[in-house]
Formats: sequence, C-alpha cells, structure tokens
Amino acid sequence: MKTTTMLASAAIVASLSATAFTVNAGEITVMSWGGAYTKSQVEAYYKPWMAATGHKLKSVDAPNPAAPIKAQVTAKNVSIDVADVEYSDAVRYCDEGLLETIDAKQLPAAPDGTSAEDDFIEGALTDCAVANIVWSTIFAYDASKISGAKPTTMADFFDTKKFPGKRGLRKGAKANLEMALMADGVPAGEVYKVLGTSDGVKRAFAKMAQIKSDIVWWEAGAQAPQLLADGEVLMTTAYNGRIFNAAVDENKPFVIVWDGQILDFDLYVIPKGAPNKELALEFIKYATDTQRLADQAKYIAYGPARKSSAPLIGLFMDGKTKMGPHMPTAPANMKNALVNNFEFWADRDSELNERFNAWITAN
Amino acid sequence: MALPAHASPGEKVWHYTYLVICGFIFLFLIAPIIIIIPLSFNVEPYFTFTSKMMAFDPEGYSLRWYDKILTFGMANPDVPRDSAWWDDVWQNATWFHAMKNSAIIGVASTVLATSLGTLAALGLSRPEMPFRRAIMGLLISPMIVPLIITATGLFFFYSATGLAHSYAGIILAHAMLGIPFVIITVTATLVGFDHSLTRAAASLGAPPMTTFRKVILPLILPGVISGALFAFVTSFDEIVVVLFVASYDQQTIPLQMWNGIREQISPTILAVATILVIFSITLLTAIELLRRRSERLRGVSAA
Amino acid sequence: MTVSAADSIDPGVPLVTPDGRPLKLALAQATRRARIRAFALVVPLLLFVLVTFAFPIGQMLYLSIHNPVFSDHMPRLTAYLTEHPDVQVPGEEGFAALALDLADAKKNRTAGRIGTRVNYERPGSNSLFKSSARKAAKFKGPPYKEKLLEIRSDWGEPHLWNVMRRASAQHTLDFYAAALDLTHDENGDLSQVSPERRIYVRLFWRTLFLSAVIAFLCLLLGYPVAHLLATLPLRYSNLLMILVLLPFWTSLLVRTTSWIALMQSQGVINDILVTLGIVGDDGRVQMMYNQFGTIIAMTHILLPFMILPLYSVMKTIPPSYVRAARSLGATPLTAFIKVYFPQTTPGIGAGILLVFILAIGYYITPALVGGSSGQLISNQIAFHMQKSLNWSLAAALGAILLFMVILLYWVYDRLVGVDKMKLG
Repeated sequence: MKTTTMLASAAIVASLSATAFTVNAGEITVMSWGGAYTKSQVEAYYKPWMAATGHKLKSVDAPNPAAPIKAQVTAKNVSIDVADVEYSDAVRYCDEGLLETIDAKQLPAAPDGTSAEDDFIEGALTDCAVANIVWSTIFAYDASKISGAKPTTMADFFDTKKFPGKRGLRKGAKANLEMALMADGVPAGEVYKVLGTSDGVKRAFAKMAQIKSDIVWWEAGAQAPQLLADGEVLMTTAYNGRIFNAAVDENKPFVIVWDGQILDFDLYVIPKGAPNKELALEFIKYATDTQRLADQAKYIAYGPARKSSAPLIGLFMDGKTKMGPHMPTAPANMKNALVNNFEFWADRDSELNERFNAWITAN
Repeated sequence: MALPAHASPGEKVWHYTYLVICGFIFLFLIAPIIIIIPLSFNVEPYFTFTSKMMAFDPEGYSLRWYDKILTFGMANPDVPRDSAWWDDVWQNATWFHAMKNSAIIGVASTVLATSLGTLAALGLSRPEMPFRRAIMGLLISPMIVPLIITATGLFFFYSATGLAHSYAGIILAHAMLGIPFVIITVTATLVGFDHSLTRAAASLGAPPMTTFRKVILPLILPGVISGALFAFVTSFDEIVVVLFVASYDQQTIPLQMWNGIREQISPTILAVATILVIFSITLLTAIELLRRRSERLRGVSAA
Repeated sequence: MTVSAADSIDPGVPLVTPDGRPLKLALAQATRRARIRAFALVVPLLLFVLVTFAFPIGQMLYLSIHNPVFSDHMPRLTAYLTEHPDVQVPGEEGFAALALDLADAKKNRTAGRIGTRVNYERPGSNSLFKSSARKAAKFKGPPYKEKLLEIRSDWGEPHLWNVMRRASAQHTLDFYAAALDLTHDENGDLSQVSPERRIYVRLFWRTLFLSAVIAFLCLLLGYPVAHLLATLPLRYSNLLMILVLLPFWTSLLVRTTSWIALMQSQGVINDILVTLGIVGDDGRVQMMYNQFGTIIAMTHILLPFMILPLYSVMKTIPPSYVRAARSLGATPLTAFIKVYFPQTTPGIGAGILLVFILAIGYYITPALVGGSSGQLISNQIAFHMQKSLNWSLAAALGAILLFMVILLYWVYDRLVGVDKMKLG
C-alpha cells in the first residue's frame, strides 16, 4: 500500500472498509505459525507453487491461526484463504461450520496411482481439512549438561531427584497431562481412558505437582530450544522439529527422547467465505501432493502426512543429515507413542485448561 | 537543598544518608537502561558480562549483533557488501521491515492525532465549552483504559469492518492512543493563553484562519510539537494492539522485539534496544529544548 | 454600546443593542454561538474517539452479555423451553424439538458450535452434541425421547437441561458468573466452582494486590527523589530530571528486556552474586518468572509516573513553611510530618492513583517476566482471546477490569482532575 493512499484512507473512517482490502485475482493469503515452520513451508510449498502457476501468495503468521479465523468467519469478513491449524481446532471448527468442506476425492493420487484417501495416514483427512505434517511433542535435554546416565523415559523427565534441574513445559493442559500420566506408569494406550476419570485428572496433576517448583513455562514453540540453549532448564518438552533444527542446524548438543512422544497433525483448512476459495483449493492440492510433502521434510523434521512421501524423504538442507530417523513416525521412535485424541480435548479443553490455569497461577 | 550552616551532626548524617538513598534510587532508574549498552557489544551470545569484557579486552567486544540487525531475514546475507547487498537489507531484513512499518505507522498516526487533537484542544480551552469535564474525561480515557481491553474491542470491531491486518486499522488505533497526550500538552500551553489576542486580531480584520496561523499557532507550537512527539512515541512503543490486530505485514519494532524475547533471545535484541535508547535520548533532548523555548515565549523565565 | 449606567438603573426600560434587540437575548445568542463554535472544534475528535474507541469497547461489552449461539441454532428447542419455563426434563414434545434441531445442526454443520457453548458449563457436552446430531439426522420419526436416551443417557440428566435452558437465553449474565468463579450447580443454584478450578477471583485480587504493592513501592522510591528534585537548584535538578525522564521515554520493551538481562539465572545480577561468592554457581537466585520479577520490573517502569506528579506538587511548596516551623522549635521530623508532608498529599494521591490505574491493566511485562505466579488478570483475558477462544468470557473479564479502572479514573478526576494531568 502506498503511503499516500494510507493517509487518505486513515483520514476518512467511513471509507475504510472499502479501501482496506483489495484482493487481486490470482493471489491468495496463507496463514501459518511463523518461525522455522513457516520458513519450511515457504521453501517447500509457496515458492514452487508461485513458480509453477504464476499466482501470487501472501504469507502471514499468527501465534495461533485458529484465533483470527474464528474472528473473521464469525464477523463474516474473511481475508485468509488458507490456514494451517492444529488437529483439534480443525475438527472443532469443521463441526462449528467455520470451514469450507474439502472433498478428499479431489486431491491428487500418489505417483503409483494409490488414491489420496488411501495414501494419507489414517485420520489425516477430515471433512474440512487436509493434513500436511505429523509433528510431535517430545522432551529433550542438553547432553553437555548431564554427565553419567542420560534420561531415556518419560519418568526420567518427571524425576528431579535422579536428574536435578529445571524443567521446561508448554503452558497449557494439553500434552502435559498425558505426559504426566505416562511418567506415572500409565501405558500410552490407556492414557485417555485414565484421563477421562476424575481420579486420572487428579493423578496427572499430582504427578506434575512433584516438579512444580522446578517448572519454567514456555508458550511459543521457539522458546523451548532457547531455554535449553540458555541453560535456564536442564530438560524441556518441545516440538520435535524445533529441537532438530537447533541440534542439526545450529549444532547444539540437544538430544530428543522419543519415549512417550505425543503425535499430532497440522492441517490445511479453508475458512468459510474465503475470498479465493477455488484458488485456495488449488494451492492445497498442490502443497499436499506426494513430492511437496516429502520436500518439506528437507527443511524441518516433521513427518509427511502421506505414506507415499516417506520413501522420497532425503537429506536435510545441510546436504548430509538423513531425515528418515528424525521423523516422529520412524518405527524406532514409535515404540511408546501416543496419538493426540482430539475428541477428548474438544470435550474437556475448557474445563481442564481452567483447572490448569488455576493450578499454575496458585502460589 | 543546601544544608544550613547551623545543622546539627544528626541532621548532617541524615542529610548525607538521604543523598545516598536518592543516589541508589537514581541508579535503580537508570542502571537497567545503561547496562544494556555495553552488553550489546558482547562477542558471545550471552546476556551477561564475560571475563574478557570485564578485563576490557577488545576481543571481548564486537559489532556482530549490530551486523545481525542488518542481515537477519536477508535473502543472501553472505555475498559481498555492494549496493545489491544493501538493497537486499532494505528490502528483506526483518528489522528494517519492522523499522519501516514503525516509521510509517508512527508518522501517519502522529499527523492524525496531532491535527485532530490540537483542534479539539483549542475548543476545550475556550471558557464557553459545554460539557467540558465529561468530554475531556472521554478524550483522555484511551490513555487510562488498559490496552488489553482496547485491543480486544478493536479486534472484534476490525474483524467486522475489514480493518484487521491493515495499515489503516493500526494507524487509526495508534492515533486514538496518542490523542490524550496531544490534548494534555496543548491544553497546558493554552492555560495561560490570553484570549484578547485573538479578539485583537479579529478586530484588526484578520479572518479566523489567519488569526490561527499568525497568532495562535506560534504560541501553542511548542505544546503541539511536544504533543506530537508523545503521540509518536506512543505509537512507536505500542505493542498490544499490534499484537491483536496486525499481521506480519504490519510488524513493528516492538512486536519484533516481543517475538525476539519470546523466541530467539539473542544480544541482537540488546543492540536494537541500544539504538532505541539513543533514539529516546534524542527525543528527550528535543522535548527539553522545546520546553525552554516555550517558557521563553510565554515569559516564564527558568531561573 | 449605547446603554449608559444611568439607563441600567431604570428598571422599566429593557436594555437593547444598537440594532434594537434586547441585550439579554443578544448576549444569550452570542454565548450560544461561542459555545457552538467551541464545540464544533471538538466534534471531529469526539467522533473519531467515539468510533475508534468507545464503540469497539461498547461492542465488546455487549458480547459479554449477548451470546445467541444456542438460540440461533436450536430454534425449536429454544421456543419450547421459553413456552415451558418450569419443565426440567421434558417429555416427547421437548425431545422432538431437540431431535429436529439436532438434525438441522448436523445438516448446517453447527452442532459443534452449540456443543462448545454448552461445554463451557457442562464438560463433555461437545461430543454429546456432535455424536447425537450425527445420529439424529438419521431419525425417521418419533419416539424421539426414547431414541435420544438410547444414544446417550446424558439426555435424561436434569443438569444438562438446566444448562441448555440457560444457554438458550440470548442475553445472559452467565459469563460474568464464570468470571467470578461461579457456576450453576446441579439444582440450578449459583454456587462456587470446585476449588481446583477457582482462578479469576484470586487473579483479580492478586492484580489489585500487586498493583497496590507496586504503587506503594513507587511512592517509597519516588518521594525522596521528587523531594530532592524539587528542592535542588534548577541547574542540578534539570540535570537529574533527565535520569527520571529517560526511562519514561524509553520503550517498554527495551526496559523489560533490560530486566531480563539483569535478572535471568544466567544474567548480570546472578553472575555478580556468583563472582562475589554470595551464592554458588548451582544456587543461582530465581528472580524472574515469578511475582518478584513482575513487581521489580513494573515498579521501575511506572516509577516516573509517580515522580512527575509528586515533583510538580512539591515544586509549589514554599520552603519558608518548613523553615518557619523549625524556627518555632519543631524538630526536623515534626516539621516534615506536620508541615511538609500534608502539603504533598495531592501529589501522593495523584501519583498513587495513576500508577495503580496503569498497573492493573498491565499485560506485556507480566507476560514476559512474570512466569506463572506473576500473571495478572490481563494475561487471562489474552488467554481467552487467543487460545481458548471463549470470547464472551474474555469480554466479561475485560468488563470487570474496565469497571475497576473507570471507578479509579472517576476518583482520580474528583481528587485531581483529568485536566490537571501533566506530562514531562
């Protein structure tokens, strides 16, 4: 926008809504989470798509793209065409009628002809969303700070006697409660069953209470590796891709412990009433094809949502690190893994977060 | 506050204790701002003084974090630094992007706030102004109402009107936040204003516009300018509204700092902070000079 | 004017202007014109502030009592519940309305929205609505009650029906209740939520308490400095004033960053303590990410707002008063307490109120250095705005905070006067 037009529009309140957005044909706005993650999407999806189709793509970031989507759709004034959201939000918004439906049959088939519906990992396609990556919440430690036995299990993370030091945890109920139960001996398969009971919730909070005085809370995904790097914590939970990038790209001595990892999807959605619905769908079709999903793994250690992408995953952008073993979905990493139960969180989200907030703000 | 010659020993002890206490308070006020300046030259990526820095070893100091302000976000930071490199800085560097936005938004909202605010202050300082107290109360309230509430209101309002994620929306919001400062400073200069001057101008045949330009404006100008500076700094420093209604395109310096603190906290933040402190000192000097000029103009002598 | 002093004494002849109009009228007209002219100058700004500030906030406040999600998407059931205000768990008629609405909700993909609304008060309702809507869409006809109870026995729960009845009201105070840690219990009576979920009342108190502590600390630190500035010769005080004004003019983010650099466990203060051997390398003091961090950083940031009003009041107090008291035999302490201090109370009031008002709305600094125990109510508002997306609750919390601020602002206006506010 030119400065002059800005000033003119600023002067007249009434004319603002008309001048604020002029969307040209052939341009879409894609919203994502920022940081290394958006960067990987720019390289793997945005740039190739613009080059291949000649359309323009505007990349915008939000701390959680779900918030502006809900605001815009509720207000019936949508400027975002495609957004990258978490699983529970994708499902919830779909049920709330805030998203356009996406017919999975329109998605391109795998190179060997397998239809998209069979090619995507189970659960990666919903009525309104197409998953692009599988990510996971893991815990990691700084190997240079721990001499002797290294932590290997979720229980070690919650054991400040064996490994004295601060712990970084994401500020929020999700993932923490599950991890606490797994550390307390609940097998991954039974976590949500136990957490569904009030005794289970109590047990999870009790487990967290054991280390409460040693917890440093983080919020943005990039904070976790930072806490480790600064020596503010000995171990922290984190998104696996962030730790990978710190370890491989920045040569930090960080080690991921895959025991008790919690898998989740990130999905592309089209907000209801998106200004360029058709083009948005074209973009999603392109970005979630087999090659593009495999390409993204070159820039960040998140797994592709298509099975057919897995064999195509090669080296990290440094040209020497094999990405395969760093994927959350690699068989060795899946031994004791939990898949995030979005139904559970859709039901219990507000209640458990309220309780969580009350718990952490208590002195 | 000189100590009288007849002060008792007890009084003397108290007097010096008092001065020491004040010294510590001044230290508390200023030390946190000054301390970041040497820290920003740290060669290591830490927020503290290294032993080399303490020994004033030149090797402990470097400009690498200032360099990082230029290179962070660039497309090709590693090529030779010719004009194309600088062009890349100007186009792509994250901090430059933020700086441009802060400048555009700051200037536009200042112009808007100052013009509307000065006009209103002229009305408010007239003795005939009806509902003066209530209107004044409303116009000052953007300064008092917690930003989180203002930002929440704007989030809904802008989502509904399409102003979200636009420059216009943020400029309007920042102008609104700057207005109380303009009102306060301009009405303050108008307090001692002699209204017979405008009447004299009118009786000599000057049209209202001429009276404003030739008589009123020169007298209130220092107030207008310091109000404008306050409005600019308000916009330049504002983050909560930006956090709620802006998108990446409108990312400003404070927002970039917020992201930096929460994400990759590195001494780059300290380098930016140092530049901002120097910027504040410049503004402060400007304000001080204006204040002196205003006092001279109004015949209030400063000692 | 042709009216002479002699004329004005004569009560029988009305005063007129040269063109023959009664003077009173002419004066009234002139005054009105002046009033209109003055007002006209203010109008553009007034409109601007109304549109960009008052209206959005009003809209937000309305959101705290207006939530039509349920009534919009469950019209039949809402109508039924309005017609039968006393029924707890209804019979076939009510269930028919429910089943048909659920089937529509499935068709319109709004079941989740309704579920989320009910879920605020009754955890677990989200999946109840979604799964029931899926199945209700396949119902061929009655008996609806039997069929719905077969899907989930929850539908026979009086508590659920109480919650739905309340949710069906377009205008509700339920979000204010939630913002005060209250909920409707199984019998529909207002009661406190279970102890482990109580949070907002405590946070409001904490916000007020921390703001009071900060205001008090600012007074404690600001008073001596303001006094020194007011009594020193102008040459020195102008110089020292810069030390007060520089923080005032420095970006909030810069000052918060400095405190992080100073207070973090690998930061400057801890390093000094370790170097001096006061604490061991493994015993670094946790100064940040807690209440202490919030208090120190905010006191530093708000201190100029205390010093400046104190200074402008102290500046007007003639030193001769204290000298007179001393010469009459008062000890320095008595002279201070009885003579000087009382004269500074307007400045104290102004400073305390200003700092307090600004502190209770703080968001950025507690978010960055407050950890979890140093969080204020603003941080919860941001949480519900950006994370949980329960905007009605965010608006209700905001409204309560706004109410407190306006109350204080009103007190400030009474005691100090907003037009007396000074900057720099």
